[in-house]
Amino acid sequence: MTNRHIFARAAVIAALLLVRSTSADVLPDDRADVFYSKYSGGGMDITGYSATARAKITENFAVEANYFIDKVSGASIDVLSQASQIKDERKQKSGTIEYLHDKTTYTASYTSSVERDYISDTASISLSQDMFGDLTTVTLGFSDTHNTVGENNGTADDPNVAWIGHALSRAYSGGVSQIVTKNFIAGVNLQVITDAGYLANPYRSIRYLDPTNPKGYSLGNQVYPDTHTSTAVQVQGKYYLPYRAAVTAIYRYYTDTWGVVGNTYELDYTHPIKNRWIFEGRVRYYKQSAASFYSDLFPFADSQNFVARDQNLAALDNTTVGAKVTYAFLPDGWKFFKRGTVTFDASRIRFNYLDFRNIKDYGVPQYTPGTEPLYSFNANVFQVFVSVYF
Amino acid sequence: MRCRQMLLSGTVLGAMLVSGGCSIQPWVKPYERDRLADPIMAWDRDAISSAYLDHIRESREGSRGATGGAGGGCGCN
Repeated sequence: MTNRHIFARAAVIAALLLVRSTSADVLPDDRADVFYSKYSGGGMDITGYSATARAKITENFAVEANYFIDKVSGASIDVLSQASQIKDERKQKSGTIEYLHDKTTYTASYTSSVERDYISDTASISLSQDMFGDLTTVTLGFSDTHNTVGENNGTADDPNVAWIGHALSRAYSGGVSQIVTKNFIAGVNLQVITDAGYLANPYRSIRYLDPTNPKGYSLGNQVYPDTHTSTAVQVQGKYYLPYRAAVTAIYRYYTDTWGVVGNTYELDYTHPIKNRWIFEGRVRYYKQSAASFYSDLFPFADSQNFVARDQNLAALDNTTVGAKVTYAFLPDGWKFFKRGTVTFDASRIRFNYLDFRNIKDYGVPQYTPGTEPLYSFNANVFQVFVSVYF
Repeated sequence: MRCRQMLLSGTVLGAMLVSGGCSIQPWVKPYERDRLADPIMAWDRDAISSAYLDHIRESREGSRGATGGAGGGCGCN
């Protein structure tokens, strides 16, 4: 559980809808998915299971339901520095309705996510409008999220959760998708998110120089501002190559009131073989600056009003290399199934922290505080899912 | 007087834009969109998968939003 919950939840459906509604004249096909995922990295293992069903009640009205379970075990670098383990489970349910009228699609969603120490509810609405001969699709979205934040003061197997605060989040989204030529489509998305309330991660700590401690430092509580506003703009283009394949280029610029500035670059290549296989490769690079109140090592306790040592707020970069293969096992349909696919997706991510140091399990002090090695780790992400369209 | 002229000019220009906007002819005709309709040209073929990857990133990065996909929660202590 981190403050990223607050952020992610606010972005969930409004952002999803931005992309989903690039064509508003016809609602997408009925579809059902079962999904398995595995994340391993930084001392954490997260296994996810999901089922989704989507159906058109009429040609203009569709409903969708999703159920997702995340099971977490292990301990991240922060937790290791405080000698405790994590074992948790998150259950998320969501429901969506879509209504198509002429060239406008109206969407409303509700998502509820429950963990032992975190509860989040999000309501979203959006509309998508096709215009200019269906060359342009404009989407507007809004979502409202309410989070209840807890802290487990017990152990992984014997939890004792204290509820310590609430956070409200609102996300405002706008997007345009534009057909530029018969081979090229471009898009731009803008999203502004505001948060208020308890925004810190109770499981992460600052550290400050303390000559009275044999390690040379002590740990203390993080103190975050109770408001946060972020702005993200993403531009993207997709080009159909002279042969049957596509390349996608994506750039995102991010800035927020905490002083974090992030830049994301991504390049994807998609290559089908006949009507059975689709191969996809991607490379992504991300870099951010640190939040203004972040420090790996503060000079003394209470040295400033706001203090953080959350690795998400450190200066960092990461590089992702990924591959995805989709196989159509029902390319031409069967009975009432239009088609069916199975997809494998694997990514490897290298995280490098530029001012977050690895302070775990050195035992007898080997390093002067502030000279420990910078933290880095590799993560592997694996997904497999089966989709049937009907 | 100058103000009225500017207002009039603005109104005429606005009317031209609006009328022009209504009469915009699609420069990519519907019958020329077969490549754009190919599944490989979809922004996001698998929203659940994309949301999951975005969720992993948002749990470990300071940035958020505008990606077209995200996931709730994280379990990322």
